[in-house]
Amino acid sequence: MYGNDFAGPDAGSDGGLLGQVEAAEAALRAAAHRGRVEGDPAALQDYFDAVIDADQKIEPRDWMPDAYRRGLVRQIAQHAHSEIIGMQPEGSWITRAPSLKRKAILLAKVQDEAGHGLYLYAAAETLGITRAELVDMLLDGRQKYSSIFNYPTLTWADIGAIGWLVDGAAIVNQVPLCRCSYGPYARAMIRICKEESFHQRQGYEILHTLSHGTPEQHAMAQDAVDRWWYPSLAMFGPPDTDSTHSAQSMAWKIKRFSNDDLRQRFVDMCVQQAGVLGLRIPDPDLRWNSERQAHDFTAPDFDELMRVIKGDGPCNAERMAHRRRAHSDGAWVREAAAAYAAKQEEVVAV
Amino acid sequence: MTTVDYVLRLGDDALVTAQRLGAWYAAGPEMEEDVALANIALDQLGAARLLLTYAGELEGAGRDEDALAYQRGPADFRNCRLVEQPEPDFGVVIAKLLLLSAFQLPCYEALAGAGDERLSAIAGKARKESAYHLDHATLWTLRLGDGTDESHQRMQASFDTLWPFVDGLFAGDDGGPVDPAELRKAWTSTVEDVLGRATLTVPAPVAEPTGERTHLVELLAEMQQLHRAHPGARW
Repeated sequence: MYGNDFAGPDAGSDGGLLGQVEAAEAALRAAAHRGRVEGDPAALQDYFDAVIDADQKIEPRDWMPDAYRRGLVRQIAQHAHSEIIGMQPEGSWITRAPSLKRKAILLAKVQDEAGHGLYLYAAAETLGITRAELVDMLLDGRQKYSSIFNYPTLTWADIGAIGWLVDGAAIVNQVPLCRCSYGPYARAMIRICKEESFHQRQGYEILHTLSHGTPEQHAMAQDAVDRWWYPSLAMFGPPDTDSTHSAQSMAWKIKRFSNDDLRQRFVDMCVQQAGVLGLRIPDPDLRWNSERQAHDFTAPDFDELMRVIKGDGPCNAERMAHRRRAHSDGAWVREAAAAYAAKQEEVVAV
Repeated sequence: MTTVDYVLRLGDDALVTAQRLGAWYAAGPEMEEDVALANIALDQLGAARLLLTYAGELEGAGRDEDALAYQRGPADFRNCRLVEQPEPDFGVVIAKLLLLSAFQLPCYEALAGAGDERLSAIAGKARKESAYHLDHATLWTLRLGDGTDESHQRMQASFDTLWPFVDGLFAGDDGGPVDPAELRKAWTSTVEDVLGRATLTVPAPVAEPTGERTHLVELLAEMQQLHRAHPGARW
């Protein structure tokens, strides 16, 4: 009942998104056993290119071009920041969840997001940067997080819509990253994708229950889908014609599919699921195109996406203020922990 | 014979604790602590659900865990006042968790071996979780009590603020296999040991303040608002 894109692991590499995750995991296990290669700069570059060409993994021990390293730090950090900021819109409903079961599921989900942030910061740290530096760059605005988290969660149904649409879009974006060329990022993504697919099912189930509940609940579910549909489509980024980082990322096999290809895949996936949910996708021009074997649909408002990325979304200020407050409120705790650890080391030394 | 009120008291302590900790999403001093606090909240919520379900069955009036959590008013909540106190900073979170888990651990241990089969099964699971909560609270109390001057002062202030409510942990035997008053000795020994190692002073006894339970009223208003706005709806 949860949609047909998340087949079990036994479905094979073409049989579903989780099947693709399993195949990627096998490749990563093989990559972890390769040795380090030494040599002059030209030889190192040749080796790097050969590894990428052969669809193998670059590991922290390997030489890599500076731009590859910088691009990965930027992408992994933005992803990690998104997980951490992304705890806020949903977390605000933990205390108001309408049943104890839903409260438990939501708590576990928000906890997973903190965990995803941790794996991703750890993956970024293998590239020679610290978590503290990355957090500073988030707090002072030098690095960004996904603009989707700058939209508000107005009702309980938003928790369902975020799970179904936002986590659904995240999975479509992220499953190909399980096969990305940088080993530690790919490994982090494997675990994250498995958990995200769980979150997506939970969101779908919330919406299904609401849609088939009282008329007020149904209206609440439809309203949430109406508000989250286009921001979710915008999560795939600007159209291919305007995407600044895409070509190089594709060549380095960090990115595997274009923004527009992934957006199309997501729309095609949602249409059938919306039918089962009994909810309407708010696009009057959405229809099957038998020539393309895909749905035609209305593109999201990319001007709005750019405005939100630049800081002018409904909740940008609130999200950053919350993060900065948590960080500054916790300063005395972190200082105390460091002071205590130093005292313990002195005791051991004596 | 275990009474409904006895089980509700255990369940409400756990539920109100989970509700307070649930408000700490994305607000901990470290990301690891966000994970840990959510984990403890989930443990408390899990125990609360089992206990409220059992209380509903003992009552025999058809109330399930949600009816008991969402449709009782503040006057019918049986939790001790310690757990409903606000948590303005991380120091209070940790102090409260230490005081509570130093009670819950021996309580669940005793219940696990006592006569009520259902309570014994629930406590058998919860005692392992309480041991972890106590360990976590102990480690942080040590770090913060014996960390910097500021953290020492904050932790002492946290324990001082909560101290008037510790008697409530042991008050009243509502009719169950383990009398909470009998757990005081074990609790005192644990708490005094941890505070001593953390260079903190055990506060002098203070009487619990009287007056309306405004913190509980506010906590329940937030928790119950959505559920109550849609009578009879399924979620």
